[in-house]
Amino acid sequence: MADRNAPPVFLERRSYRKRRMMDAVRLMPFLGALLWMVPLLWSEGQGADLQPIRLSSAIRYVFWVWLGLIFISAVLWWLTRDETARSDAGAGDT
Amino acid sequence: MASVNLLIAVCICYVSGLFAIAFLAERAAAKGRRAWLRSPLVYTLSLSIYCTGWTFYGAVGYAARSGMEFVTIYLGPSLVMIGWWWVLRKLVRIGRAQRVTSVADLISSRYGKSNTLAIVVTLMAVLGVTPYIALQLQSVTTSLAIFADPTEATDGGMNQVSAGFWIALGLALFTLLFGTRKLNTNERHDGVVMAIAVEAVVKLLALLAVGVFVVWGVAGGAAQMMARIDTSPIGAWQMDGSRWAALTALAGAAFLCLPRMFQVLVVENDDERHLQIASWAFPLYLMLMSLFVVPIAVIGLDVLPRGANPDFFVLTVPLSQGQNSLAMLSFLGGFSSATSMVIVATLALSTMVSNHVVMPIYLSAQGQRASVSGDVRHVVILSRRLSVLVIIALGYLYYRLSGGSGALAAIGLISFVGVAQFLPAMLGGIFWRGATRTGAICGLVVGFTVWSFTSFLPSFGSDVVFSSDVFEKGVMEISMLRPQALFGIEGIDPTVHAVLWSLMLNTLGFVVGSLVTFPTPLERLQGAQFVNVFDHSGQSGQWSASVAETEDLMIMAQRILGAAEAQALFRDAARGQGVQGHLPEPTPDFLQRLERELAASVGAATAHAMIGQLVGGATVSVQDLMAVADESAQILEYSGQLEAKSAELVRTARQLRNANAKLTQLSVQKDAFLSQISHELRTPMTSIRSFSEILRDTKGLGAAEKTKYASIIHVESIRLTRLLDDLLDLSVLENGQVSLNVAGGLLSDVIGHAVTTSQAGRRDSMLIRRTPDAEAVEMYTDLDRLSQVFINLITNAQKYCVSPKPALTIDVDQTGPSVSVRFTDNGAPIPVEKRALIFEKFSRINDQEGNGAGLGLAICREILTRLDGDISYEPVVGGNCFVVRLPARRALAAQQSH
Repeated sequence: MADRNAPPVFLERRSYRKRRMMDAVRLMPFLGALLWMVPLLWSEGQGADLQPIRLSSAIRYVFWVWLGLIFISAVLWWLTRDETARSDAGAGDT
Repeated sequence: MASVNLLIAVCICYVSGLFAIAFLAERAAAKGRRAWLRSPLVYTLSLSIYCTGWTFYGAVGYAARSGMEFVTIYLGPSLVMIGWWWVLRKLVRIGRAQRVTSVADLISSRYGKSNTLAIVVTLMAVLGVTPYIALQLQSVTTSLAIFADPTEATDGGMNQVSAGFWIALGLALFTLLFGTRKLNTNERHDGVVMAIAVEAVVKLLALLAVGVFVVWGVAGGAAQMMARIDTSPIGAWQMDGSRWAALTALAGAAFLCLPRMFQVLVVENDDERHLQIASWAFPLYLMLMSLFVVPIAVIGLDVLPRGANPDFFVLTVPLSQGQNSLAMLSFLGGFSSATSMVIVATLALSTMVSNHVVMPIYLSAQGQRASVSGDVRHVVILSRRLSVLVIIALGYLYYRLSGGSGALAAIGLISFVGVAQFLPAMLGGIFWRGATRTGAICGLVVGFTVWSFTSFLPSFGSDVVFSSDVFEKGVMEISMLRPQALFGIEGIDPTVHAVLWSLMLNTLGFVVGSLVTFPTPLERLQGAQFVNVFDHSGQSGQWSASVAETEDLMIMAQRILGAAEAQALFRDAARGQGVQGHLPEPTPDFLQRLERELAASVGAATAHAMIGQLVGGATVSVQDLMAVADESAQILEYSGQLEAKSAELVRTARQLRNANAKLTQLSVQKDAFLSQISHELRTPMTSIRSFSEILRDTKGLGAAEKTKYASIIHVESIRLTRLLDDLLDLSVLENGQVSLNVAGGLLSDVIGHAVTTSQAGRRDSMLIRRTPDAEAVEMYTDLDRLSQVFINLITNAQKYCVSPKPALTIDVDQTGPSVSVRFTDNGAPIPVEKRALIFEKFSRINDQEGNGAGLGLAICREILTRLDGDISYEPVVGGNCFVVRLPARRALAAQQSH
């Protein structure tokens, strides 16, 4: 009897999708932190025949990760914006 | 070369423009057109006060010194924004639910509305942010000086000190005008927000313009730029991994804890959806802000003479290339960054100082008179204005004292580490219900002490606060207490060292303090509300007041909220309670609401104290604690189970009651049946006995009399036999023991047989009308039983029809799934009250003739039930009608079988 108020265990396809989207939103910062901590592994060229990573490559890497995160976040926002908002008449204008 | 005078003129024009924008925005807001003022775009842009003069100028200098490390300052906030779901969403919701006015208010409100905690946080914030304000003044005055004489970047020909004074004064004026006009912080500063949004655009455009000029104007394209980057002095990846990670984390923490960021992120937030949009739009802004930092630094190192201050490459590179208007734009960008930061930071700090330091002191100095003396609103606004002036003056003082020394980035980082000390108390407060006030104070004090010791005081340099001896050997020659090698662990970068130790010890103090102390009831309530803000936004702490105090409350509310607003609030509450007049009952709900309204003006702790002063202390009821305590969930579940069980019991009881009622009814029926049947048997038996006694005992009876009596006995015994036959029949039918003799035949034959049988031997036979065409229906049923029903109905009609010309009409109607046969006579209709009973056993319409036993229609009904049909009575005008319905299935089956 106490289970009556519990949420259903299985969901229909649409809300299932929405939930996985929200999972993705939640995981995004971890992905970002992981990718941006990759430079910790880069060589600084102190070994005998180790070449240091060139600054231009570093810039490319950091900024492409940045752009990717922004893009994925924006797409996720677009897909989940109804989730948190009941009426989003003005939300799409930016 | 632009003259300084021209520059000052441009500055004044720009500032006037900002004033105008702020003014127009306030006007528009006052007229209710807030939709576009509060768009997600404006919210995102207002967050850009994160990018101060430090980041505008200093990032390039930082890059020129240490390559890509500058970018960590932007990566941390980007991650926090992208991860909005985890922390910011909760902070914004709490800020809204609790009407939080500042970061100090948030922490104090979470830990039982403790003003001590609020004061600690406020002092720490002021101490941490003042150098930052000084930094902004420095960046503006230095950039002015560069315009005056670009070759002598650090010490221009103009009077920097007086320039700093005038800038500080201008900023104070702006903040006073637009920041402290309204008392209710939750009403938000539309003018200020709009102005900083415009400034955000200006600084972004300025940096992008310089960047585009450098890449395509000086270097000659993106590819060449990249090549030049690789050949520059900073071209190889040189990174201290610990700094990279620690600074990213630090920037993220500071982004959450900086009072000015809290102001725009949480307090000025108008709609939680804006946060979702800013979660990607603000990282985009940060990315654009940092896109051209390295190119500008590389070109600066390349084209400018050795020894030029890299902190101002953004200005000096365009100047050296003769791009005066670009340099002017860049100057405006830096000016915007500095001013917007100072305005919002001052605003946030002044709210904290006034709410948590000045107002409590004022109230306690006033004592009980606080509720009767003049308008507190003026006091609050005055204290807020004074706080603005004091904070800007402090910043100016710091700027004068530090003498504009030190790289911009270094001061910025020290400030970051200082405010990041709020993080454990803040995150612990919103995610951990076990966090207590003592724990929070412990953590904050420990963290702040470690920060002062390892970061703030050493920043003044050797032999200023700490002698070089202290750096070398530690405080009082204890080697464990060296400011940059705590506990004897050496070789850590000083900033990482400060971040690591301060935050680690802070967290330790916070956790241990929380674990060993016990929270007050109010703390526990607030803790539950903060941590479970998405589950319930209920009230905390029940006030209890008597009606007499409502008037005092009204007076106090008027003095804080203003007469009109307070009266409106009270009237609304009175209406909500259904009370006549303008004074509501001081119910706990109302007091809670009032406290929250007051908190929006003077902060949670002060509001709590003020209401406490009048009402006499909050009482936390047992129910409150029950609702909060962990056990409450179990209690709820248990009570849910009990409820379910009780519902089940009620259901079972109802079923039992129904069964009992049915049994009682059956028993009554059985009694009635027995009494009826004995009556029915007794009547013929009595006459048989008396007439047989006459025949036996009376001598000399005539033959005619003998025959008469004997025939009476005969008739009565026939009647008795018929009754017994009927009873037997009914009993067999009711028990379902009857075996049906199913056969095919025409309905017309059955009716014909019934008519013939029932009219046999009767002289006054009634007129029977039939419809032969409709009767031609094939039936497949027990024809004998059906015939019995028809005979019974026709006989009844003959027997009871009182019409002088009795007539019976037999219609057959085959509609839908059933065949109905209607027997309509023209006799007197059966009285309404008898109609319900005619199909019951022994029910007779009238007792005039004791001929029937009243079983006929009951038998008919039983037979038809066996045949899957039914019989019903329908009243018609001037007669009665019995309808026999039979399922068409039987008829159809008959048709198919033939």
